[in-house]
Order: sequence, then structure tokens, then C-alpha cells
Amino acid sequence: MKNITEGIAKRIVHYFQRPAKTAECAKERLQIIIAHERGERNKPDYLALMQKDLVDVISKYVSINKDDIKIDLERKDGCSILELNVTLPHLADTHI
Amino acid sequence: MREKIVAKIIVVTSGKGGVGKTTTSASFAIGLANRGYKTAVIDFDIGLRNLDLIMGCERRVVYDFVNVIRKEANLNQALIRDKHNRDLFILPASQTRDKDALTKESVEEVLTELAKTFDYIVCDSPAGIERGAQLAMYFADSAIVVTNPEVSSVRDSDRMLGLLTSKTRRAEEGREPISEHLLLTRYSPKRVTRGDMLSLSDVNEILAIPLLGVIPESQAVLRASNSGVPVILDQESDAGQAYMDAVGRFLGEDVPHRFIEDKNHWIKRLFGFKEKEAV
Repeated sequence: MKNITEGIAKRIVHYFQRPAKTAECAKERLQIIIAHERGERNKPDYLALMQKDLVDVISKYVSINKDDIKIDLERKDGCSILELNVTLPHLADTHI
Repeated sequence: MREKIVAKIIVVTSGKGGVGKTTTSASFAIGLANRGYKTAVIDFDIGLRNLDLIMGCERRVVYDFVNVIRKEANLNQALIRDKHNRDLFILPASQTRDKDALTKESVEEVLTELAKTFDYIVCDSPAGIERGAQLAMYFADSAIVVTNPEVSSVRDSDRMLGLLTSKTRRAEEGREPISEHLLLTRYSPKRVTRGDMLSLSDVNEILAIPLLGVIPESQAVLRASNSGVPVILDQESDAGQAYMDAVGRFLGEDVPHRFIEDKNHWIKRLFGFKEKEAV
């Protein structure tokens, strides 16, 4: 009898100690990555090309990596806003 | 057989491999043919032919899709009549590696020819987003997006939805968009209750397209492919019944969803009655 009660007690403890629910984690991760990828998807094809050209032009004057430049197109109320973010390195080493 | 309707092209797609595209194509094609619609099912997986095995006609393949495109055989020579239903025909993929054989024009030609006599044309897409997959969806009127409740499959499905709304004829011509249907396969309500599997409502919320059906994880699916008899013909099985329901819903019938609830009460789980994994 003691064994049986112990067994049930163990099961009850085990029931409430089940590992964290991973499905919630999966859902959150998916929501974030899919929202991001949907945003990328709606960008026109020329953005990547334009980014490359901009890197080339800026590189003539300041040495930057291609990752230092972020380009985004946002659509709001029928007009598009082109947002350009360039991170310049420390001034001391800007001259090529 | 019914009177001929305007042919409808259905693509079965998923992006990710191994989620059940071919199983779904085979079962759907049979389901439609059993409703009296003249149906053709095409294997677009050039180089990796498998629909023939799932449908149990692998030994009757003489000519294939690429032979037809290269005019080495005509369509009637290549189409294999299904052994269960006289209204169903299979067009197998070729086993050659020449994936470039498919072009937009040549695929269109074959589909146009099929549309003259068939009601439904089911296109079994290969995995991935290469030419075969793109051509399988290009001319479609409807898409069945096969998804497993698993992160990589859901992400890939979303990617395919993006392609369906941009890289298809309907999209390019600005016509009414392809009608999209979610088919959630390999679903295990028990694991959802446990919190280890994305739920139907999770996937539905993320992909946001109408739900066609849920196919439960089932041993019947492997048994079906082992024997070359599509699972929809196993009406004893949960998966077979779920496919039948899904075909009904596709045809506009109001069929309630089954196999989405965990049948085992929490008290049972608490006291550890060991249940078998879903059969």
C-alpha cells in the first residue's frame, strides 16, 4: 500500500513538474522571424542593388563595411519613405 | 461521371520536404475522382519521381512528363490510369536529372491539353523553391499548403505563401489571387495538450489562411505508402477519414473538423494510464 501511495505521489509531483512548454517558445520565435521575413519580402528588388551602389560611393570617401549601411523602405498613407542609416567608423581612421 | 466542369488546377506545396505533399496529392486526387470528377495528378519532382510509388503504379510507368514535353510520347501514352478509379490518371515525373526540361511554355502546353478533358489537375510540387516548385504553382487556381506543426515547416510555408502571391500567373496578370488552403499534417493533439507541439490555432494565427483540414499523425500513412494504396482509401484509419473530410471541404461542403482534440482526459494522464501513440 505504501508503495502505491508513493507511486501516486511521485506521479503527482511529476505531473506538475513537467518540462517547460516549448510550443509557446516556438510560436514566439516564429512570429518574430516571419514578421521580419514578410517585411523583407515586400521590399522592391532594387533595394539590394541600391545598397551596393551606395556602399561603393561612400567607400570612395570613408572606409565602411557593407553591413554599416542599412536601407529601408517604409510605406505610409500612400507615400514611401526611403530611410538610409550609415554608421561611420571612428573619425581617426576615416581617411583612406 | 459528372458533366465536365471548367478545369481547376490545384498545387500541393510546402517548401519543406517530408511534410506530406505526395501523400496529400495522392489522397486528394483519389478523393476528387471518387466524387466523380475526372482528375489528373502530375508529379513535378523531376529526377526524384515518387508519386508513382505512393499510388502503387510504379511498375506501369512507360513514358513520363519530360517525354511528353520533349514530344517523345503523347499525353495519352504517358498518362497511367489508376487501378482503383477509372476517372483518375497519373502523369509520372521522369527519373533523369535534367530539371531544365521543364519550361513555362511546355508546362502550360501540357496543362492546357489536360484541361480539355479533366476537371481537376493536381500538381504535386517538389520541395524547395527551385524551378520545379515554381512551375508547379505557376498556373494554379488553388493551392493546398501542407504544413507540419513544427517551426521550419511553418516558416517555409509562409515563404511559399509569399511566392503564391507574387510569382504565379494569377499574380502577374493581376487576376483574382490563388485560393490558399492550409492542410496541417502529422498533428498530435496529445502533444499539443502537453505543450510540446504548436497548436492548430497557433499555426492558423501565424499563417492566416483558411484551414482545409487537420491530418492526425497516424501509423496508417506509412502503412499506406508501404503498400502503394493511398491512405484515403483506408477509411478505417483516422488519417484516411481526415483526408476524406478535407476533400469534402475543398468542394465546398460544411464538414466539421475532427481529430483535433486530445481524447484522453487529464485525470487519465495524471494516473499514468499509458496510452499508445496515435494509431
